[in-house]
Amino acid sequence: MALSEQEALHQAIVPPKPPFIAPGHSPGTVTEKISEIVLTRKTPRWWFVGFGIAFILVMGFLYAVTKLVFEGTGLWGVNIPVGWGFAIVNFVWWIGIGHAGTLISAILLLLRQSWRTSINRFAEAMTIFAVACAGIFPIIHTGRPWLAYWLLPYPNTMGVWPNFRSPLVWDVFAVSTYATVSLLFWYMGLIPDLATLRDRAQNKPAQIIYGMLSMGWRGGSRHWQNYETAYLLMAGIATPLVLSVHTVVSFDFAAGVVPGWHTTIFPPYFVAGAIFAGFAMVLTLTLPLRAVFGLQDFITQRHVQNMAKVMLATGLIVAYGYIIEAFTGWYSGSHYEHFMMLNRIKGPYGFQYAMLWLCNILAPQVLWIRFFRTNPVALWIVAMFVNVGMWLERYIIVITSLHRDFLPSSWGEYAGTRFDWMIFVGTLGLFVALLFLFIRFLPMISIAEMRHMAHQTAHSSGTKEKA
Amino acid sequence: MSKGSTASGGEPRVQIPGGEPLVQIGGAADAAGAAGDCHEEWKKGAAASERSALDLASVRERLRNAKGPQFWRSLEELAATPQFEDMLHREFPRHAAEWPADGDGATNGFSRRNFLQLSSASLALAGLTACTRQPIEKIVPYVKQPEEILPGRPLFFATAMPFLGYANPVLAESNMGRPTKLEGNPEHGASLGATDAFTQAAILTLYDPDRSQSISNLENVRTWSALQAALKPFLDAQIAIEGVGIRVLTGSTTSATFRAQWDQLMGPYPQAQWHQWEPAGRDAVRAGSKLAFGEYLETRYDFAKADVVLTLDSDVLTAGPGAVRYARDFASRRKVSTANAPQMNRLYTLETTPTATGSMADHRMALPPRGIAGAALALAAALGVEGASAPEQDAELQRFVKAAARDLMAHRGRCVVVPGEYTPAAVHALAHAMNAALGNGGETVIYGDAVEVQPQDQLASLKSLRDDLVGGKVEVLFVLGANPVFDAPADLDFANAIKKAKIRIHHGLYQDETAEYCQWHLPEAHFLEAWGDARAYDGTASILQPLIEPLYEGKSQIEVLALLNGKADAKGHDLVQATWKGNGLTDATWRKALHDGFVEGTASPARSVTAQGAGIAQAIGDLLAASTPSRAGFVVVLRPDAAVFDGRFANNAWLQELPRPLTKLTWDNALLISPRTAEVMHLRQRELVELKLVSGRPVRVPVFVDPGHADECATLHMGYGRTRAGRVGTGVGSAAAALSDSTSPWLAQVDLALTGETYLLATTQEHYNIEAHSLGANLEGREAIEERHLLRVMTLGEFTQEPEKIREMVESPKPEDSINPPWTYEGYAWGLAVDLNACTGCNACVIACQSENNIPVVGKEQVDKGREMHWIRIDRYYGGDLDRPEIYHQPVMCMHCEQAPCEVVCPVGATSHSAEGLNDMVYNRCVGTRYCSNNCPYKVRRFNFFAWNKIEPNDAYSHPVQKLGRNPDVTVRFRGVMEKCTYCVQRINRVKISAEIADRKVRDGEIKTACQQACPTQAIVFGNINDPESEVAKWKAGPRNYGMLEDLNTRPRTSYLARLRNPNPELGEKA
Repeated sequence: MALSEQEALHQAIVPPKPPFIAPGHSPGTVTEKISEIVLTRKTPRWWFVGFGIAFILVMGFLYAVTKLVFEGTGLWGVNIPVGWGFAIVNFVWWIGIGHAGTLISAILLLLRQSWRTSINRFAEAMTIFAVACAGIFPIIHTGRPWLAYWLLPYPNTMGVWPNFRSPLVWDVFAVSTYATVSLLFWYMGLIPDLATLRDRAQNKPAQIIYGMLSMGWRGGSRHWQNYETAYLLMAGIATPLVLSVHTVVSFDFAAGVVPGWHTTIFPPYFVAGAIFAGFAMVLTLTLPLRAVFGLQDFITQRHVQNMAKVMLATGLIVAYGYIIEAFTGWYSGSHYEHFMMLNRIKGPYGFQYAMLWLCNILAPQVLWIRFFRTNPVALWIVAMFVNVGMWLERYIIVITSLHRDFLPSSWGEYAGTRFDWMIFVGTLGLFVALLFLFIRFLPMISIAEMRHMAHQTAHSSGTKEKA
Repeated sequence: MSKGSTASGGEPRVQIPGGEPLVQIGGAADAAGAAGDCHEEWKKGAAASERSALDLASVRERLRNAKGPQFWRSLEELAATPQFEDMLHREFPRHAAEWPADGDGATNGFSRRNFLQLSSASLALAGLTACTRQPIEKIVPYVKQPEEILPGRPLFFATAMPFLGYANPVLAESNMGRPTKLEGNPEHGASLGATDAFTQAAILTLYDPDRSQSISNLENVRTWSALQAALKPFLDAQIAIEGVGIRVLTGSTTSATFRAQWDQLMGPYPQAQWHQWEPAGRDAVRAGSKLAFGEYLETRYDFAKADVVLTLDSDVLTAGPGAVRYARDFASRRKVSTANAPQMNRLYTLETTPTATGSMADHRMALPPRGIAGAALALAAALGVEGASAPEQDAELQRFVKAAARDLMAHRGRCVVVPGEYTPAAVHALAHAMNAALGNGGETVIYGDAVEVQPQDQLASLKSLRDDLVGGKVEVLFVLGANPVFDAPADLDFANAIKKAKIRIHHGLYQDETAEYCQWHLPEAHFLEAWGDARAYDGTASILQPLIEPLYEGKSQIEVLALLNGKADAKGHDLVQATWKGNGLTDATWRKALHDGFVEGTASPARSVTAQGAGIAQAIGDLLAASTPSRAGFVVVLRPDAAVFDGRFANNAWLQELPRPLTKLTWDNALLISPRTAEVMHLRQRELVELKLVSGRPVRVPVFVDPGHADECATLHMGYGRTRAGRVGTGVGSAAAALSDSTSPWLAQVDLALTGETYLLATTQEHYNIEAHSLGANLEGREAIEERHLLRVMTLGEFTQEPEKIREMVESPKPEDSINPPWTYEGYAWGLAVDLNACTGCNACVIACQSENNIPVVGKEQVDKGREMHWIRIDRYYGGDLDRPEIYHQPVMCMHCEQAPCEVVCPVGATSHSAEGLNDMVYNRCVGTRYCSNNCPYKVRRFNFFAWNKIEPNDAYSHPVQKLGRNPDVTVRFRGVMEKCTYCVQRINRVKISAEIADRKVRDGEIKTACQQACPTQAIVFGNINDPESEVAKWKAGPRNYGMLEDLNTRPRTSYLARLRNPNPELGEKA
């Protein structure tokens, strides 16, 4: 197709953005390439090794949780004054990670950011698994986990309701709603692909299982019409959740009187932090997977760059949060706040606080440089910094605020015990194990949407992206 | 409070008509539960019970060998031992065989078939819980309902706890025949309703499972008659030689009955000797009296009359006989309530080790022992004591002494000089002379006849006993309630000396270190189990009546002495009654004495005495020698511990875990040194050092920097390093006795060597504000305390001028500022106030709360992790200079905030507000999110991180026997729930119910919280703040009242009355 003069000029001045799907792909090749990973490729040895390691961590997790249930919260490092420790830190961290999926799927869908297509499935799965990991902690962190269901408002003979003034009850609603909607959204997106797998499956069990899961999807235009409408609606429902969940989680702290918790900046800063952490985790996982499965055609340089840019932007919001926190400590004139800030910097957790600045504020600044956005290894390292940094952020918020609050006579210190670490690492294992199962048994990139995109790309000029 | 309406008619209350003990305890033999005397059963060694008795005995033995500090960790380890499992299995013999007998039993182990059988059976049984066969447990109902016992209604009996021989009067609460709590006796002058911490903790000792439970001869269980038979030939042989080979060693005693028994013994055995030994006794007090007056006199003080008090290394407000009363009288002069010309006494303290008394001082100076001697001399000189001349001193001390002397002289007859129990006798003699010079005799200082029945120089007595032992002169040695093998000065080498006696009989609550060296051990009855008598510091006699049959085979000291007199079957009751009938009590007055808790009119009358010039001159000479630096070496003063005292309470877990008044140390003693000494000697906190007398074995002790301690010396508390205390106290801390020398038992010149090791010391509070610049703690804490105005302190002068300033230190939101209308309390609104000007930090409230509210102990490791469970803690703050700090106490319990931050955040509503303003805790509803604790600005909530109260046979506190001592009105909390101070809601409700039945309002002062009731200084008041006439409302209306962290708008119901200091203008504002 010949270019018009104007177009040629435009192209000469403004270099074309790289496409979201490598040229040369047709719907057929897309389907072939993605479904092949699940259906025909032999399970590679590294899969067994990786899954095995993750599985062992899960066993360690189960051991630690069992011991915890039988012996008591005292196995952890928590004490008075630091009543919350790793469990809450991990909960907030995992929930934060779980944000990227829905953001990518829902908000970017609504904003018609079609580059999301190749990463949304994966990000959504990550969300589900992260939320699953997160959901464990509020339950096991209670002193009597077998009674944790008392936080649910259910009619009972005791005639007692939960205390609706408590942010922990809001948490129950926020997290459970988020988990439900994310799961439905993910599953709904999977249906056309499950049907594809059903159709292409070589053996009977796979056909039956995928067949049941695909719920009778035949790909008729009526199906597609309903599907598209419902999907969009779900995206609409999920979108406010992205903002609400971490806002509510931040209320766990903001509603308290503890200096370092009681602050209005928390909701926006937590949401930004969540997206920051979520994108870091998506990058942490996609970069190696892309390389291993050779999916560079679908998850292109542009995806990676976009994600890096989102990370940089949200990282700056988080930095703003930190700065405002420190500023408020001084400007408020409240000696509690003032002391809290000084204690963060100079107190026993000063090193962690410094590390937090390094990981969350300084490290992402390299993303201004193009090299760090495009070089997978460099970007992966930056993402790892952010993962660690975001965990430290919650650690700082939870522990440094509690360990020296109002009465100096009651000040204390906190350190996680080996059970704290076993459970934390155990959830990492659980997360990885679930991801391994996911990449082995489900299409990690949306086949249907990629087909659509391949079609569009093929029919467009190839030089201009269709919005 | 209700007392038994009639006197206990000479019978222990628990003796139910029909002869059944109300509570059946007494070892495993009782498991059979058969009717009849369980003790008889035990003695006969009934075949049926023998097996289980042996099992428990072996476990008990293993437990006894468990080391103290590791005890809490070792519970699980212990539970995992094969022996323990073995015992468990035999408890369920039917299924025991199903489990492999040993680890390698693949052959005789657990077969798959058996497993399936069992698991299917248990599955089936899971649905059939209603059909489980209950074990057969015979219970014996009352044949006749005993008089006065109503289930759920406690009875109170007046008795007394003997301590160093002196009576601490108490009202013992008995629930269904089980003593559960000790209160002070409000009608007794030595108590006025208050107690000290030791008395509060005595209940735990009563139910201590480690108490010795049977008579033993060389570790074999024997009977009383066997003992009698074994003794007979020896005693008979002694008659011929007038008992020259008989020696009896006891602690101090004031028991007239004991004396009477002894006098009887003198009949057949006139040459027998009675020795006494208390490692932390009153030798110096006695010697001082002898020096000054030529006889043993009892000195007591009247602080209520004293405007100026000067103490010389004395902890008179919290330690020693009469401390409870002294504290009350002292504090009565500090309850400054009106702003109009407020008056207050003034306390000068010169001391070596910071004490609770020192913390109350308006002027305090820390001096090493020789400095105390010098200061005493200088003071005597300034007060015009004949012959006294001041040694050379530094200017600061001179100024201090001059100002204090002038102040004392200005208050002639209304002041007092108090020497400490462990200062040299010469200081006591000189103090007598000073008080005489000040005209205090008969005013603030009252002399009476000795209260002890046989006062003697105990150290000399012990030395002569030791010499006789070594000389082979002792045939029969009775050790009654003393433990010289553990606590005698090291150079006496008592362990080796005692072996020289032919026959050695030990009588005590525990099979302690001395018991190990005696062939015979006899269990002693706890004072709540036995009849006895004792006299209080003022001479008032009390009859001790038992509240419960002896749990084990214990007998009291008087009964053992009666055994020597050939009256093996004599009942304590008859012995005591015989003595007191002889002293003029009739049946009616005997009953009255039992009811009241004291024998009326037995207080020793005041005597007017004059000091002998020669004795004073000798004292001055002694002090001149003592005040000059002499031998080289590091000086360590040995003092009894504020919790385990001389070691007698070492196995009491409440006391072991009690944060010591100033150091806040638990579960250990430490070498206390001043910050400056630490710097000069390059000693680090928690560093292990080795202390050694010139000859003697070394002691390893961790260093603990104690601000306010005197420089160039150190303090080590006694009572630790027990080797046979029981599972709680064995191996805790380091033995100070090894540093004790018979020439100066409380002052050691030691060599100090570094080990380079550090040691874990569990403290409940760090020195946030004080260690700052020299010891590397944080500086911010100091600012934090100042900025937050947690503790508000003013001088009396400032207060008189600007009384409102205390309230204005912090601006707090007013209720009417809120857009929500405040809740109005129609009925009662409970509130509490603490007078910081009266609190000495003595810890009585802490143990009282623990006893009242069934609060568990957690062990050293858990304390170190910050998981101690005390519902009330005493915050200790230092003020001012690092080297001369002011010391303050602030008891902190739940504030019962009007707008409680904890209530909002609890997701299940387990903590919520009552209609009377209490912040209630619903244990059943709590799921344990710990959010409430995080959000509590006062950090008064305590969490059950583990099942502290789970019944495990290897758990000292949770032992089944210990369960008997629990307050039945208070839930024992389970794992995973939050708990905290309830303002003793059970007490509130009890009184409310009885008021409601009587159709009246609760009267002010009718409800006393446990802490309030125990408080010797009455620093705590509780009541209805809705009633403006109530004491608490009046306190709260006063100008000193303030709320902690009020600026958070929590509106605490607990408030504080600011601390005032009354410095001598001559010395300036500084302490």
